Amino acid sequence: MSLRLADERYALGRKSPSVTLAHGGGGKAMRDLIRDVFVAAFDNPGMGELEDQARLIMPPDLADGRLAFTTDGFVVDPLFFPGGDIGTLAVNGTVNDLAVGGARPLWLSCAMVIEEGVEIDTLHRIAASMRRAADAAGVAIVTGDTKVVGRGSADKVFVTTSGVGAIPAGVDLAASHVRPGDVAIVNGYLGDHGAAILNARGDMALESPVESDCAPLGELMAAVLAAAPATRCARDCTRGGLASALNEIAGASGCGIDLEETALPLRPEVRGFCEILGLDPLYLANEGTLVLFVPPEQADAALAAMRRLPQGREARLVGRAVGEHPKTVVMQTLFGGGRIVDMLLGEQLPRIC
Amino acid sequence: MKYADEFRDPVKAKAVLAAIERAVAETGATPQEPLRVMEICGGHTHAIFRYGLDKLTPAAIEFVHGPGCPVCVLPMTRVDECLEIAERPEVIFTTFGDAMRVPGTRGSLMQAKARGADIRMVYSPLDALELARRIPEREVVFFGLGFETTMPSTALTVQQAAREGRTNFSLFCNHILVPPPIRALLDDPDMRLDGFVGPGHVSMVIGTAPYDFIARDYGKPLVVAGFEPLDLLQSVLMVVRQIAEGRAEVENQYARVVPSGGNPAALAAVEAVFEPRDAFEWRGLGEIDKSGVRMREAYAAFDAEAKFGVGYGAARRNSRDADLPELAGCRCGEVVKGMVKPWACPKFGTACTPETPLGALMVSSEGACAAYHLYAGVRARAVDAESERAVS
Repeated sequence: MSLRLADERYALGRKSPSVTLAHGGGGKAMRDLIRDVFVAAFDNPGMGELEDQARLIMPPDLADGRLAFTTDGFVVDPLFFPGGDIGTLAVNGTVNDLAVGGARPLWLSCAMVIEEGVEIDTLHRIAASMRRAADAAGVAIVTGDTKVVGRGSADKVFVTTSGVGAIPAGVDLAASHVRPGDVAIVNGYLGDHGAAILNARGDMALESPVESDCAPLGELMAAVLAAAPATRCARDCTRGGLASALNEIAGASGCGIDLEETALPLRPEVRGFCEILGLDPLYLANEGTLVLFVPPEQADAALAAMRRLPQGREARLVGRAVGEHPKTVVMQTLFGGGRIVDMLLGEQLPRIC
Repeated sequence: MKYADEFRDPVKAKAVLAAIERAVAETGATPQEPLRVMEICGGHTHAIFRYGLDKLTPAAIEFVHGPGCPVCVLPMTRVDECLEIAERPEVIFTTFGDAMRVPGTRGSLMQAKARGADIRMVYSPLDALELARRIPEREVVFFGLGFETTMPSTALTVQQAAREGRTNFSLFCNHILVPPPIRALLDDPDMRLDGFVGPGHVSMVIGTAPYDFIARDYGKPLVVAGFEPLDLLQSVLMVVRQIAEGRAEVENQYARVVPSGGNPAALAAVEAVFEPRDAFEWRGLGEIDKSGVRMREAYAAFDAEAKFGVGYGAARRNSRDADLPELAGCRCGEVVKGMVKPWACPKFGTACTPETPLGALMVSSEGACAAYHLYAGVRARAVDAESERAVS
């Protein structure tokens, strides 16, 4: 035993500072990488004996609930940006997909595709922030996988997380439940994540202090459901922004949705950023922003519950579901005219002039 | 947002709209026989839809969307030539973002990029020059596109490259000019326009004198306008007042940005680097005399047309768009001229959508078809399509 420890210390001392294809070979290098980087960071009882699968026990208070299960891949460039990194995104993105369904997020998996040449230190940083994000969201990363591919076959690091949560008995959120008269509430500023990422790429050389809104929304959703149990549905406004989430809800419910431009929470920096580049903040990605639909009589209760939490401090009512213009989102502009807010097609490209 | 929100004040807008209503009444125009006002610039088209100005102004004013979106009037053959350059292994092809989706006969730059061409989006020609400095072993080509607004920055970049003696940087020049197509539109026997809202950013460079012929020779009013909703409404009011009072003048609503003499330093750089072409092809409008520019002999070393043997300078120039079977049935030309609304085209919203654009008017958010599709959308189409098709 003592001999083996000495051997390991020796190996540690000579360790390459970058990932090589040997780390994906299934041998000792791979085992060391997984143990030193990921197991060390994620360490929790759910991981058990490092068998080929995690073995999990349902919390007793959720025993009669339904399981919620989701998966998401993360390929962000750059890996580290103001307000977060690919690790916080990978945890919060999957946590939020569970949370907006009314589920309590419980367990995550983490699969990494790593490009040869990535510094081990980069992996340490990502794993550490995943652990912090998991702790903040109240979930455990219980299983995972690591693959290494040759240079050029991936862009630095791709992360895939799957998540399991439990929906308490009696909770049933769905976009199809939205009815005319329901009000639409968002929990905070729109477009911060999209603006932060575009800015962090550095092409624009703009000095903007905008940070990603990347945050877990489980606690917020639990508070909303306690205060406004008749809540119809919630969606997180990730890729495609608020506009795409509302279009999905309009499509699924058959309702029209009226949006008030003057009510939209936008930071002045994000508005300015969008003006300069000809982007529409309604379509910018968010990573800690959701929209929910609540019957009007429970709107105040939902708003009050949200505003008590850090992720809901800027919560506000931004529109309502209507019987007119079915399946279409219409925004009353601050100018008084109406315009249709359609799904985003392809990618937003900055305009020439 | 300071210096923008002041020009988006709904209360002030109501007052201007009321004044427009009164002025329109004086002209005797009716919803059946409306005043037809062309906003030349795509930026104005975008703003009209973004703020719903077409719905706020009286029905007796009809906005006709002009040819002022440089991406939209780019012919397919020029996109093909972009691909021809971009697909060369030594080339890094740099372009503004919204040119990426314009379709050519062999697809768009975005599709060429997916097939492996090294095509990169930049925000300024100086970014392209910087790339050429950083990667001296590759040929960096900048896709020079746009009206008089973007020409000065391209010209200055070429001059900078010349001063540095760069041998791996060139410009694929597709710059075009605003006044010639306006003259062509006014000479078109199908055209019936009552006045113009003139482009703001172009005029910041060229001033207001180049539009004098519109008032003098054709008797139409033109008002140079800014891009905020109040700018546009005030400009429309100024155009309608001229019509009501029987005047035809060039007026400048955007005086806070546009000096009447333009920008002499910018004009000097443009003059030094570029000279007019005999003619240039516009999508939907065909060849228009003296409507584009090419690089002067002194800068031939930076001319991608000469360097790679493509384009107007080459003997093996491709056929014109008019000869292309792919465009059969499209009504882009009539839409660009303002003769029909986008939804009168049988391909609008069916074969031609922002996801799969056939015509360039569907590509850029400043194109009339994309603006209609995005902001006026399905509802407007359902209501108006039949009646529009019946009359056109």
